[in-house]
Amino acid sequence: MTIALNNLTVRLGRDADARVAIDNLSLTFEGGTQVAIIGPSGAGKTTLLHTLACAHEPASGTLTIDSKNPWTLTDTERHRLRGRAFLAPQMPPLPPRQRVVTAVLAGRLPQQTTWQALRSLVYPLDAPAARRALTQFKLEDKLTLRCDRLSGGERQRVGLARMLLSNAPVLLLDEPVSALDPVLGAAALKTVQDEATARGATLIVSLHDVNLARSRFPRLIGIREGRVHFDLARETVTDALLAELYGAELTLAASDLTLPDASDALPKMTRCY
Amino acid sequence: MQTAKAWRDPAWNVRLTLFLLFLVVLLPTGYVAEFNPAILFDKNSLRTSGQFLATFLPPAHSTEFLTLAAAATWKTVAIATVGIFFALLIALPSSLIANQALSISTIGRDRLCTWCQLLRYAIRWWLIALRSIPELVWALLFVRAVGLGDTAGVMAIALTYGGMLGKVFIEIFESSEPEATRALLRNGAGRLQAFFYGTLPACLPELVSYTVYRWECAIRASVIMGFVGAGGLGQQMELSMRMLAGAEVFSFLAIFVALVWVADLVSRELRRVLD
Repeated sequence: MTIALNNLTVRLGRDADARVAIDNLSLTFEGGTQVAIIGPSGAGKTTLLHTLACAHEPASGTLTIDSKNPWTLTDTERHRLRGRAFLAPQMPPLPPRQRVVTAVLAGRLPQQTTWQALRSLVYPLDAPAARRALTQFKLEDKLTLRCDRLSGGERQRVGLARMLLSNAPVLLLDEPVSALDPVLGAAALKTVQDEATARGATLIVSLHDVNLARSRFPRLIGIREGRVHFDLARETVTDALLAELYGAELTLAASDLTLPDASDALPKMTRCY
Repeated sequence: MQTAKAWRDPAWNVRLTLFLLFLVVLLPTGYVAEFNPAILFDKNSLRTSGQFLATFLPPAHSTEFLTLAAAATWKTVAIATVGIFFALLIALPSSLIANQALSISTIGRDRLCTWCQLLRYAIRWWLIALRSIPELVWALLFVRAVGLGDTAGVMAIALTYGGMLGKVFIEIFESSEPEATRALLRNGAGRLQAFFYGTLPACLPELVSYTVYRWECAIRASVIMGFVGAGGLGQQMELSMRMLAGAEVFSFLAIFVALVWVADLVSRELRRVLD
């Protein structure tokens, strides 16, 4: 699925003077590519991911998914399109009393009929698949635990395990490893990327960890104040560009932003931006 | 500088005003309702109630009476339970339709289509209409329509309690955290799927405890409706009252207390299991 944004502007709210979160953005994501979106807090990364998931209507400009504009489709057709993109919020909102197995299997909902979904509540239809997904994130022992017993990091990984259960060809992850330690975070990101490669899915990830983004993603998009600051292959992203992206108030030691040599090496203890 | 004496609690004026307003509203309503506690202690009233109360002890406990009472109790519980079941059939679909968080057309845009908005208003009015007519009045109407018996009681409870449950269910859904439901919808889940995987796990204990409380109310209501011929404990109690059989009345009162106690137990146990 190719996703294209053309002069897209998104406002947070209906009024004409509502805050502009995405300002006249034009971008193209070819099917099967892996892209990291970086930028300071409040730059519009989350809104951009929501817009790509058809979860936020643009104020102007067009979003096209496989040459279709979802906002000119009927509600039903647009909703079917939503099932083709998996949006993982930074902290997945999980009902406190729901068991982890149910929360993970919820990733299957768009592929299931309502009847199957109900049956799965009576007795989990495919608990082994949920266990396999959790195993990938070292959470296999949490299968029957209640979601409110999870720590922040576990919760975040349950959200990613849910993603493994979906069959969406577009994966949109918002800060997927923000609550994980660097080692676990890198491993989780690798799992996600391998999954995307395996199913040929487009993977768009917003990240705060610049080193992780540079070491893992071939293409980096820097966003600042709702605009594209740069959209470059990782080799051409310089420290100067990054310093500019995060603003002048940040004084960087050059050594803090070095690119790891091997692209799949675990990143060093990283600095948060 | 402010001294301790000069300081005044800024909330004081509001409290005083509310208290005075309360008095201003309460006193005239008491007058209109002709509430006069003195009448309770009138010599004649005291004597009559004294004579009736004297027959309360010992409570009726003959085997014949207990069999009769057990059958009537069972009938009352059955009327209340079946009534609540049908009330749920009214309340759940209505509250699902009216639940704003399950709307697919509002994902990404905050305007609701005119028809959807109208449908939601229609649901709210339908629930108001159902519950604005007291179950006793429904029972009288149904006794006319379908004759004396339990059906009238069941229908009356189903309609009034359907309206009440529906209204409260809508409020429970509205006050629950919508994000889990919205996140599922954003990923393409259907409305019912999002309800069962996002909304219900968050709301279930509240829904259950309110429904059980309403079941308790329905037991009381079915007693009252028994007085107008809808079957059950109420009918038996009315007969006992008419015959001034104080012992039997006392036994029935004890049964009412026991029923409410059981309902309370059920509610507590269900909440414990669900939590």
